[in-house]
Amino acid sequence: MYGTGILKGMGVTIRHLVDSFVDDMRFLGQRYYSDSSMNIRQGTEGRGVFTVQYPDEKLPVPEQFRFIPFLLYENNEDGSTTDRCTSCGICAKVCPPQCIWIERSSDPDTGRPIPEPTNFYIDIDICMNCGYCAEYCPFDAIKMDHDYELASYDRTEAHIFDKARLDKPVEYYASIRPNDYLAEETARAEELAKKAAKKEAAAARKAAAAAKKAAAEDN
Amino acid sequence: MSDKDSLDNMPVNEVASDSLVARFDGEVRSDTREGYEGYIVDANMLPEVASVLRDDLGYDYLSSVTGVDYIDDNHIEVVYHADQTTGGKGINLKVQLDRENPIVPTLVPIYPGADFQEREVFDMYGVKFDGHPNLRRILMWDGFHGYPLRKDWKEAYYEEDIKPFDSRWPGGGVKRSEADNPYGKNVNYPPGFDINNWTPETDDSLYESLEKTNSNGKSLHTDSIVVNIGPQHPSTHGVFRMVVALDGETITDLQPVMGYLHRNHEKIGERNTFLQNMPYTDRLDYLCSMSNNLGYALAVEQLMGADVPERAQYIRVLMAELTRISNHMWAIGFLLNDLGAFQTPALYAIRARELILDVFEATAGSRMMCNYMRFGGLARDFPDTLRGEDTVKFITDLVDNTLPKAIDELDHFLTANEIVRSRCIGVGVLPPDKAIAYSTGGPLLRASGVSYDLRTADPYSIYDRFDFNICTRSNGDVYDRYLVRVDEMRESTRICQQVMRDIPAEGEIFSGKPQYSVKVPAGESYGRVENPKGELGYYVVSTGKANPYRYHVRAPSFVNLTVLGELCKGHKVADAVVILGSIDIVLGEVDR
Ligand code: SF4
Ligand code: SF4
Repeated sequence: MYGTGILKGMGVTIRHLVDSFVDDMRFLGQRYYSDSSMNIRQGTEGRGVFTVQYPDEKLPVPEQFRFIPFLLYENNEDGSTTDRCTSCGICAKVCPPQCIWIERSSDPDTGRPIPEPTNFYIDIDICMNCGYCAEYCPFDAIKMDHDYELASYDRTEAHIFDKARLDKPVEYYASIRPNDYLAEETARAEELAKKAAKKEAAAARKAAAAAKKAAAEDN
Repeated sequence: MSDKDSLDNMPVNEVASDSLVARFDGEVRSDTREGYEGYIVDANMLPEVASVLRDDLGYDYLSSVTGVDYIDDNHIEVVYHADQTTGGKGINLKVQLDRENPIVPTLVPIYPGADFQEREVFDMYGVKFDGHPNLRRILMWDGFHGYPLRKDWKEAYYEEDIKPFDSRWPGGGVKRSEADNPYGKNVNYPPGFDINNWTPETDDSLYESLEKTNSNGKSLHTDSIVVNIGPQHPSTHGVFRMVVALDGETITDLQPVMGYLHRNHEKIGERNTFLQNMPYTDRLDYLCSMSNNLGYALAVEQLMGADVPERAQYIRVLMAELTRISNHMWAIGFLLNDLGAFQTPALYAIRARELILDVFEATAGSRMMCNYMRFGGLARDFPDTLRGEDTVKFITDLVDNTLPKAIDELDHFLTANEIVRSRCIGVGVLPPDKAIAYSTGGPLLRASGVSYDLRTADPYSIYDRFDFNICTRSNGDVYDRYLVRVDEMRESTRICQQVMRDIPAEGEIFSGKPQYSVKVPAGESYGRVENPKGELGYYVVSTGKANPYRYHVRAPSFVNLTVLGELCKGHKVADAVVILGSIDIVLGEVDR
C-alpha cells in the first residue's frame, strides 16, 4: 500500500519520542545535569534520546581522552617545585607535526647541558593530539590533558603555549588520570624497591667479600 | 595428473612468473632487488604484458598504480598492482623510466580503472601516459609548476628532508611557519615567471573535454550547457566539484574535479618517520581511522616481520569491524540526506554510531583520530570501565543487542520505503564486468554481484578464523549498494560477537618493547585491508632507515570515483547527487 513507508518512518520517530519520556520516568531525576547522567543516557540501559545540552551539560571524557599535552611538576615539601622533564628531547623527536620546541638548560660557567628545560613550547594549532609525546616520554613528564575548551581571540602568539602555560602539578594529573597515575607510581615504587634490593645485595656481597678477605688475612 | 591440476597446485605467483618471464623473454624480468618482488617490464611492452596478465592469467583487477622517484638511480618507476577477483595474492609490475622524459603507454584501454590513478602519477611525477584519453592534472590545479612527489621538489614550508627537524631540540627557537613570508624564499617560480603579468589558467580545457550532445532530431532544440556542482555544495560531502554537461536535464557527461583538500599527504609521509605516519593515516578517511591504522600497520609489519600477540589481533578485528558498522551507518544516513530526507534518518543512523565512538574514545583516546595501532600490536588495552560499566560488558551488549537492533530499525523503516525504492532502484547501474574493469571496490563492487572482499580473497590479520559471509547483490544500482551495506553491518556484528566470545581474557597487546623510532629493513611492501569503502592499500618502500622512502596510499574513495561519470550518464542532476552518495566518498581520502 502506498504510504506505509512514510507511516513506518513516523512510527520510528514516535517510538524514539516515547522512549525518551519512558527513560525520563525510569531514571527519574538522574538523566540530566549530573556527572553520571551520561552513564544512563549512553550506557547499555538507556533507550531514549541522548543529546547533550552543551555547554550547560558536558559529556564526561574517559580517562584516556587526549587533547593538548601539559608538563608535570612535583610540589616539594619546602614549597619549591621540581620539573619532571629532563629535557631529553624524545618528545620533540617523536612529535609527528614537529610542534614541540625545547630549550635545554646549560651551565652558565662550563656550558655543559643541565637536564632540565629552560623553556618548552608547544604550538597547539599544529599539535594533532596524537599522544605520542606522552606515550614515549621515559620520565612521565608530559601527559595529555582533558581540557578541550581552548578557543581564544588571537590565533597567533596566544596559541604557542610556553612552559608557564604548560606546567601543571602532578596532583592535577592524578585527578584526571587516576588509573594511569596509580599504575606509574606502582611501577616506579617497584623499580625503586628493586634498585634498593640490588644495592643492599651489592653491599652485602661487598661486606661478605671484605669479611672473607679479613679472614684470609687473619690466617 | 593433468596439466591443469599441476597448475592449480602451484602458488599463483609462480604460475604467473613462469609464463610471464618465459613468454616475454628479456622484456619481462623478475625484480631481484633485495626485499622486492614482482616483475620489471620494458615500457613499450607494457600493454601487451597487461593484456596477457588480464586475459590469460586472470588478473582482471588493477588495484593500484603509483610511482616512485629513485633519484639516485635517475629513474622513475611506475608500479602496478593487479589482482584476481577470484582471490589470491596480487602481483606487481614495474616500469622503469628515464627521469628527464618519462613516457609509458597508458593502460586505460585494458584497465579503465587506471584512468585517475595514471593522472595522479602524471600530476605528482610528471610521467606521461601515452594515449591516455584525458591526461590532465587531477589533484593540483592546471598551471601548477613542478611535480610534488619528486624527491627534488620542496613544499612551501620546507625545513629539512626528514623529521625530526634539528631546530626543535636542544636549541628551541620557536617560530610560527606562517611568519615566513610565503612569497619569500620558500616559493619556487619557473624561470621567466612574472607574477604581475600572470593570468590564471581557465577551465576551458576541462569544459571542452566534456562529451556534449545537441539533441538533433528531437522535436525541441536544446543547447548543451555546462553546470558546476560544487566545490561548495551540500550534496558533495565536502569540497568536491562535479562538472556536468547537460542536455536539457539529462547528464551527457560528468567530470569530477578534486584536490581542494590536497595536502600532499604522501610527501608528508616521506618526511615522517614510520611511526609518525600512524596518526596521519587517521586523517585519510576520517570516519574509519581504526582500519586505516590497521592497513598501515600491516604494511610496515610485513617489512619488519613483526609478530602481533593474540589478544591484540582480536582487538584489531573488533575495532575494524566496529569501524565498518559506523561507516555504513554514516553512509546510509547521508544517502538519505542526499535523497532529500534531511537529517532525521541520518541522526537515527548515527545514534548507534555514537556508542561505537564511545568505545573508541575510551580505548584509544579519541573518537575519530584514534591513532591506536602500533607496529607489533596496539597502543593500549581496553580500559576497565566505560560509562560506569565493565568495558567488556558494555561492548558485548553493544554488539549483541544495541547494534543489531539499530540495524533492524534502519532496515525496517528504509528498505521498503516507497520513496527510497523509487529513487534508488535502477539508478546508477554498474554491470559486474564494468565494476571490475573500473577497479571499483567495497560495496560498490559487491552490489554488482562480484564477490570480492580482501577479508576472504587475501585474508589478513585473523579473519580466517571467523565465520561470516561476503554480501553481494546482483543489480548494481543505488538500492543494491544500500542493501549490501545493511547486510555487511549484520555480518560485521556477527564477527564482533565471535571476537567477544573468543578473545583471550588476558594477554599482551604489544610484542617487544615500544620504541619511538623503529628501523625497518629495506624493501617494498603492499599492505592492504578491506576498508568499509573498498580496498585500502599502502605501498611502502624502505631503504633501511627510520623514514619511508616512498609511502603511497591507494585510497578506495579516490579510485571508486573513476566510474562516477559513467554511472551518471543519462540520469538527471538530482540522481547524480544520489549516485555520488551511494559510492560513499570521504574527501580526506580522495584528495590526500
Ligand atoms: S617531556 Fe619527557 S620526553 Fe620530552 S624532553 Fe621532557 S623528559 Fe624528555
Ligand atoms: S600530542 Fe602529538 S602532536 Fe601534540 S605535541 Fe604531543 S607528539 Fe606532538
